[in-house]
Amino acid sequence: MGKYRDACNSGKFVISGEIGPPKGTNVERMLHHIDLLKDRVDGLNVTDNQSAVMRMGSLVVSGEIVRRGGDAIFQTTCRDRNRLALQSDLLSAAFLGITNVLCLTGDHPIVGDHKEAKGVFDFDSVHLIQCCRKMNEGYDWAGNQLDGPTDFFIGAVVTPESDPLEPQFYKFARKVEAGVDFIQTQAVYDMDHFQRFMEKAREITAGTNVKIMAGLVVLTSLGMAKYMNRSVPGIFVPDSLLEEMASVPKEEALRKGMEITARQIRFLRDNRVCDGVHIMAIGKEEIVPEILEMAGVSGQET
Amino acid sequence: MIIAKKKPFAEILKALEGESKVFIVGCGECATQTQTGGEKEVAEMKALLEEAGKEVVGTMIPQATCHELDVKRLLREHKEAAAKAEAFLVLSCGAGTQAVRAATDKHVLPGTDPLFLGNIQRSMDFLEKCSLCGQCVLDEYGGICPVTRCAKGLLNGPCGGMAHGKCEVDPEMDCAWVLIHEQLKKEGREDKRKRIHPPKNWNVIRRPGKLAELKEKATAKAEG
Repeated sequence: MGKYRDACNSGKFVISGEIGPPKGTNVERMLHHIDLLKDRVDGLNVTDNQSAVMRMGSLVVSGEIVRRGGDAIFQTTCRDRNRLALQSDLLSAAFLGITNVLCLTGDHPIVGDHKEAKGVFDFDSVHLIQCCRKMNEGYDWAGNQLDGPTDFFIGAVVTPESDPLEPQFYKFARKVEAGVDFIQTQAVYDMDHFQRFMEKAREITAGTNVKIMAGLVVLTSLGMAKYMNRSVPGIFVPDSLLEEMASVPKEEALRKGMEITARQIRFLRDNRVCDGVHIMAIGKEEIVPEILEMAGVSGQET
Repeated sequence: MIIAKKKPFAEILKALEGESKVFIVGCGECATQTQTGGEKEVAEMKALLEEAGKEVVGTMIPQATCHELDVKRLLREHKEAAAKAEAFLVLSCGAGTQAVRAATDKHVLPGTDPLFLGNIQRSMDFLEKCSLCGQCVLDEYGGICPVTRCAKGLLNGPCGGMAHGKCEVDPEMDCAWVLIHEQLKKEGREDKRKRIHPPKNWNVIRRPGKLAELKEKATAKAEG
């Protein structure tokens, strides 16, 4: 059960997109994005108070995606909830028909818009993966039997451009050991780096069925590319791409960014570098269908 | 060592509104080391309060202001001044302020903001390395505490916010997880680098913490 899980298990090149819930009650734009993408991708991530900025909850938006016939990947962070609340939300997710969970640590409150908030971090992402696994087996974290188990396809993230990379690989191995089914990476831009990362990653996942999706964030301007390089931890945009973004006038920058993403999708698919891609257009989701066309791929097909 | 910093004087003055007779209590231990409530700072506070039109009816600096019996004893020695005082301004950590609370029914207020349990790296250079979590896990992590030194207290590796070995929360601060891996590598403890650690039991110590075993032992000894 679950289109995203089926796509992962089918061996096809998996495509997922992302929905950022609104800050407020106006859901019009978000629903438009959901309807636009739900049949064009295998799964749709829903971010959980992304960047520690308070927004509508990922649980209820994930439920809405399922209700509209799409498949949601419910992002859950350890920042805002202790182990009781996390598990309670996971049971609620199961009730809403959500079958995919992406387990994240979460950004620190200090980087967000409620800087005085207490970060919870009762669990870390590895514990959250273990917890989903336990609930799938019919038990809660404390070992109590559940009246009906969950059936989650469990995901986590890794940062291929982490510097230094070694501690990140050790954590990645812990996530695999904890029982993860799929991995989405932090945004990658340097395909050579990523290929080298994947060689090591495949060593760690050897003997498992863990699928790895490359995270692709569409560059929308030269300024954004430079900003990502300078200010977003774990993201590296190589000079060649900066030059490419600089080579076009401002009004064509978005199109250039889309071309780059489409080219990377083709490269990753044709060379079987990874098992799929997770495309993030950060609020500009309406460009995703065109990127998929440019790349000659589409979700929900073989 | 309890690390604290001085409260802004304006905040103290506001809290003393309507009161003119103040008794200042310092601390001979941590607050002296952190230069927030030693002899010099108590004298400075006295001068500042007098300048602001307050009368400082007495001062005292217990050896350690968190010692409730000592504070009570010492306050009895300052009986007259204490009787005159309308407010007790305490330049120690919150434990000291509450030891004074236990010794008088008058207005007791803090003159510092207590920050953390800190190591003294150099004079006036303090770093939090232990958060008194109730169950020490240092041996699992090469003697570097992730509960305290990782901004998120992560027990199984760095988060995605680490950049160039530094913390997402403070780019000047080393990522605890980079330090832990470096140390365990030096020790050749691959097993510890790989092991998955369970979440903390946050109720090993029920808050507020309480420990009376030592008292029982002391009583038994005295009686025996």
